[in-house]
Amino acid sequence: MNQLLTISASPHVHTGRTVASCMWNVVIALLPALAASLYFFGLGAAVVILTSVAGCVTVEYAVTRWMFHRPATILNGSAVLTGLLLAFNLPSNIPVWIVLIGCVVAIGIGKMAFGGLGCNVWNPALVGRVFLLISFPVQMTSWPLPIVNRLNYTDAVTGATTLGAIKMSEMSSEAVAGASVDAGMTAFSVDTLQNFIGGVGGSLGEVSALALLLGFAYLLVTRTITWHIPVSMVGAVALFTLLIGGDIMVELLSGGLLLGAIFMATDYVTSPMTKRGMVLFGAMIGVITVVIRHWGAYPEGVSFAILLMNSFVPLIDRYVKPRKFGERRRVR
Amino acid sequence: MRTFRMGGVHPPENKLTAGCRILDVDLPREVTIAMSQHIGAPAICVVGKGDHVDRGAMVGKASGFVSANVFTPISGTVTGVGKIKNAYGMPVDSVTITATEEDHEKDAERPLWTSALRSSDDIAAMSAKDIVDIIGEAGIVGLGGASFPTRVKLSPPPGKHADILIVNGAECEPYLTNDHALMLEHPDEILAGVRLMMRGAGVDKAIIGIESNKMDAVRLLRGRLEGDKSVSVMELQMKYPQGGEKQLIQAATGREVPSGALPVDVGAIVQNVASAYAVYEAVVFGKPLVDRVVTVTGPSLSGRGNYRVPIGMSMAALIGIAGGIPGDSGKIILGGPMMGRTIVNVDAPTMKGVSGILILPREQSARGDVYPCIRCAGCVLACPMGLEPYRLSLLSAHSHWDSAEGEGIANCIECGCCSYSCPSSRPLLDYIRLGKNTVMAIRKSRSVQK
Repeated sequence: MNQLLTISASPHVHTGRTVASCMWNVVIALLPALAASLYFFGLGAAVVILTSVAGCVTVEYAVTRWMFHRPATILNGSAVLTGLLLAFNLPSNIPVWIVLIGCVVAIGIGKMAFGGLGCNVWNPALVGRVFLLISFPVQMTSWPLPIVNRLNYTDAVTGATTLGAIKMSEMSSEAVAGASVDAGMTAFSVDTLQNFIGGVGGSLGEVSALALLLGFAYLLVTRTITWHIPVSMVGAVALFTLLIGGDIMVELLSGGLLLGAIFMATDYVTSPMTKRGMVLFGAMIGVITVVIRHWGAYPEGVSFAILLMNSFVPLIDRYVKPRKFGERRRVR
Repeated sequence: MRTFRMGGVHPPENKLTAGCRILDVDLPREVTIAMSQHIGAPAICVVGKGDHVDRGAMVGKASGFVSANVFTPISGTVTGVGKIKNAYGMPVDSVTITATEEDHEKDAERPLWTSALRSSDDIAAMSAKDIVDIIGEAGIVGLGGASFPTRVKLSPPPGKHADILIVNGAECEPYLTNDHALMLEHPDEILAGVRLMMRGAGVDKAIIGIESNKMDAVRLLRGRLEGDKSVSVMELQMKYPQGGEKQLIQAATGREVPSGALPVDVGAIVQNVASAYAVYEAVVFGKPLVDRVVTVTGPSLSGRGNYRVPIGMSMAALIGIAGGIPGDSGKIILGGPMMGRTIVNVDAPTMKGVSGILILPREQSARGDVYPCIRCAGCVLACPMGLEPYRLSLLSAHSHWDSAEGEGIANCIECGCCSYSCPSSRPLLDYIRLGKNTVMAIRKSRSVQK
């Protein structure tokens, strides 16, 4: 026998879980939502998603190749994931050039400027999305109606989202001294079942709560994520909504809450490292979301809430530690 | 089913040799007995070159309280006294004994350790001290891997009292089956050894913890208890590192050993099932610790199995008996794949603490490519000590020893759950070990300064 033996320190076995397998698992978990967006928005969804994924992958490749001079990282799936998530946060009638700007901001500024995967402070897809929301408010808040726009792209017929309608009715009712709040609500007629299965206008990924929950189940079963962030976030929204007397089902099923809770807030890089930290992080996102939805200028607050809490992650990690084995429990 | 509370992983079990009967290895013509086969001070050599020694004779005497005698498993002439290279390539003091044809035949004829058989009346009349003395005299150490002298564990320091003996039959390391085989073939001897250790330590309760992938052993031992209420067999959920001392105590009793404290501080003494078997042999037959069961295994090893090995036999000879080193070998490990150490020198002798020899093929030997940390929290969730491995390894890599100490790096049990579960294949435990050793050295120098 003339080959050399390996000498290394323990452990000598490994789970086989890799960065790529984690990322592709999340992509797989997004497939039901992808199918739902294609079903409800047809052509527009296809164009936006393809542009976004291709754009993100291209930007990542370009930066690693010509700026970092490092081996390409696009095969690990994280750029594809960012592309999908960015697309899922956009309306289906948004022009291609705006999507591409979003890709450059998401990957280029949101991720690569910090040093690439693992180093970024904020969720890259949300950085891209919020940049677009602030830069192109008109295009970013015109929501094509589902199903009727299957064959349309930029010429889609638009309507309001559930939360948008409520916000507008609130504003108009405030203008007439709160006289017609109830009228405004009923005029819009919120259908919980429709919200759940899909069919209410909104961005691509948030259209069907059912599809998102399927993805959540897959992530839990494959142990890609734990329950802590999504459950505490949704729980906080439900509890807070109950306290201020809102409609819980509307808050939970509409807007990007589930998309954010399951796929955006749970982003490994930008979420805390301990279970207790995750619960705190999720709950705070939930609270901030409700505050923005009810008292802010925007109808939707999940993106801002997640980005805000992303900034607190280093602080949470510093102070919220796991209980060490053999350390006495704090005396009550 | 009970288990420890925090963290843990469940690597593929790969118990390839489960169900293999224990095979006696023929006595070799030459053995090399290392003076330090245990934690603590090395034994002092008591033979000289040219001396003739009989099978079972002492060749090294314990040099302090935390130390252990060492014995020869064969008769023969001392042909070497001095340094040899151990399995890890480090020079260690040892004694080499070579048997002539005559010695070999005499050993082969001589019945195995029945000359000093003690009667059951004698054993019943023994005091706790007698039993502990016999265990100490026989050079018995913890056979689970750490090799801590058993006598020391059975004699709690003054002012501390143990009330429960926990017997480790968890065997949570993948591949290893030596304890499993021993439990299946010698249940009565193990139970007798457990009762002797209970008497020696003055405790009236014992729990034998066995993971649920060894239900045959659980049922067998339970069946042999014959209504003995003081000993119980507890089935444990499969989870690594269940066999870790602190984890096992928590799994079996719910007690949590405080950080920096010893098991006896929560009233527990932990012993391995193989140690219980050795105690039985020492007390009943007067047999010193000269052999043990070793699992020799690997995916491409032809003669893998559980072997009763004379301690001091060369590992190359043992692997030869098990079919020889396969052509595709990439790594030879002493112990299991989670905590075992890779061998540098195959010609080194086996020692008391070697529970298994694992030969991994080349494609399973290399580590994965290292990528940046993606902060997946896998290591934090896996750590059975509630530490933050990602942070400890980073602090260690940047030589921030004070911060590392503050974050509890000294509590690390080096189980490897963090490196095992890292998707970026980061060498977390390598850095944590470096930091832990440095912090320990700093603490030592601090206490010297005082």
